[in-house]
Amino acid sequence: MFTHYKSYCPVVSPFDPCKPIPEKVYSTPPNLYIGFQPPNLPQFTPLEALKAGTLWKPFYDPYFNPFEKAKGGLPR
Amino acid sequence: MWIYEKKLQYPVRVSTCNPTLAKYLIEQYGGADGELSAALRYLNQRYSIPDKVIGLLTDIGTEEFAHLEMIATMIYKLTKDATPEMMKAAGLGDHYSNHDNALFYHNAAGVPWTASYIQAKGDPIADLYEDIAAEEKARATYQWIINLSDDPDLNDGLRFLREREIVHSQRFREAVEILKDEQGKKKFF
Amino acid sequence: MKQIPAEYYEMLEQLQAVDFVLVELQLYLDTHPDDLEAIKQFNHYAKERKSLKKAFESQFGPLQQFGNSYSGHPWNWNDPPWPWQV
Ligand SMILES: [Fe+2]
Repeated sequence: MFTHYKSYCPVVSPFDPCKPIPEKVYSTPPNLYIGFQPPNLPQFTPLEALKAGTLWKPFYDPYFNPFEKAKGGLPR
Repeated sequence: MWIYEKKLQYPVRVSTCNPTLAKYLIEQYGGADGELSAALRYLNQRYSIPDKVIGLLTDIGTEEFAHLEMIATMIYKLTKDATPEMMKAAGLGDHYSNHDNALFYHNAAGVPWTASYIQAKGDPIADLYEDIAAEEKARATYQWIINLSDDPDLNDGLRFLREREIVHSQRFREAVEILKDEQGKKKFF
Repeated sequence: MKQIPAEYYEMLEQLQAVDFVLVELQLYLDTHPDDLEAIKQFNHYAKERKSLKKAFESQFGPLQQFGNSYSGHPWNWNDPPWPWQV
């Protein structure tokens, strides 16, 4: 499944003092994939757009911290 | 010239008096990849770039000032009635001794803003790639601040600002395509 | 303590929503100057913002100055609230 987040697994040394984080995640937002924006992309309503931070649904990529439940968010 | 409008771009809310979060957030006020740097970078580059992209630099630069005001509002609200003791407990004792609760253009570590944070190479491609990088760095900074914050209302506003960096990066990437485009060639594939 | 009425927030958010659509279309049109549908949409919302601005200003005073809004008497630009205070 395609997501706007990718991950990698850093080397874990037996001599690492901090508790290892086995998987590191990084953001690969939609602007990396869309290219020159084609016309007539699906839009949010004005109020939804304000909440989303973009008028066009394909650019919507909300970021939540690990402690926030990714509850809510607008339909894409 | 610029005309001020007496409203924020987005309805900023903050749920608790929390000077610690203000200390982190000031990174986006007076830090290298903050909103002040962004606004000044783009507006200054306009004078040495092809006409086709001056409008875009003007408009994104102007929007960055609206974001600067949102960040200022967040910091203002997070520290509004904070006592010297609260500022001290938040690691803002050294800020307080110089500025009281005033805002100042420095980063989260207290380093004052400097013009060397922004670039103007005079080469359109070099400058636009700089702008794309600046937007991605600002996006990442918002991610790290959201990671540090447990304030749901603040994070709502920060998510809006992070999303704007995505759209700005998109437009700068399109500006590069416009400048490298051969005369008369269609841009849609 | 000064109180800000609930309509202030409602009317402001309506204007913020329409203005946000205009910001997005403006940046889009900067790189897509030939998109007629987007220009039509831009002009539609430009008209809508005019009436929202007028309605908001009639209750809460000028949003812009330097002559971009009318003034009441006495001069009401200085009246709070300022954006960061609400
Ligand atoms: Fe930006």
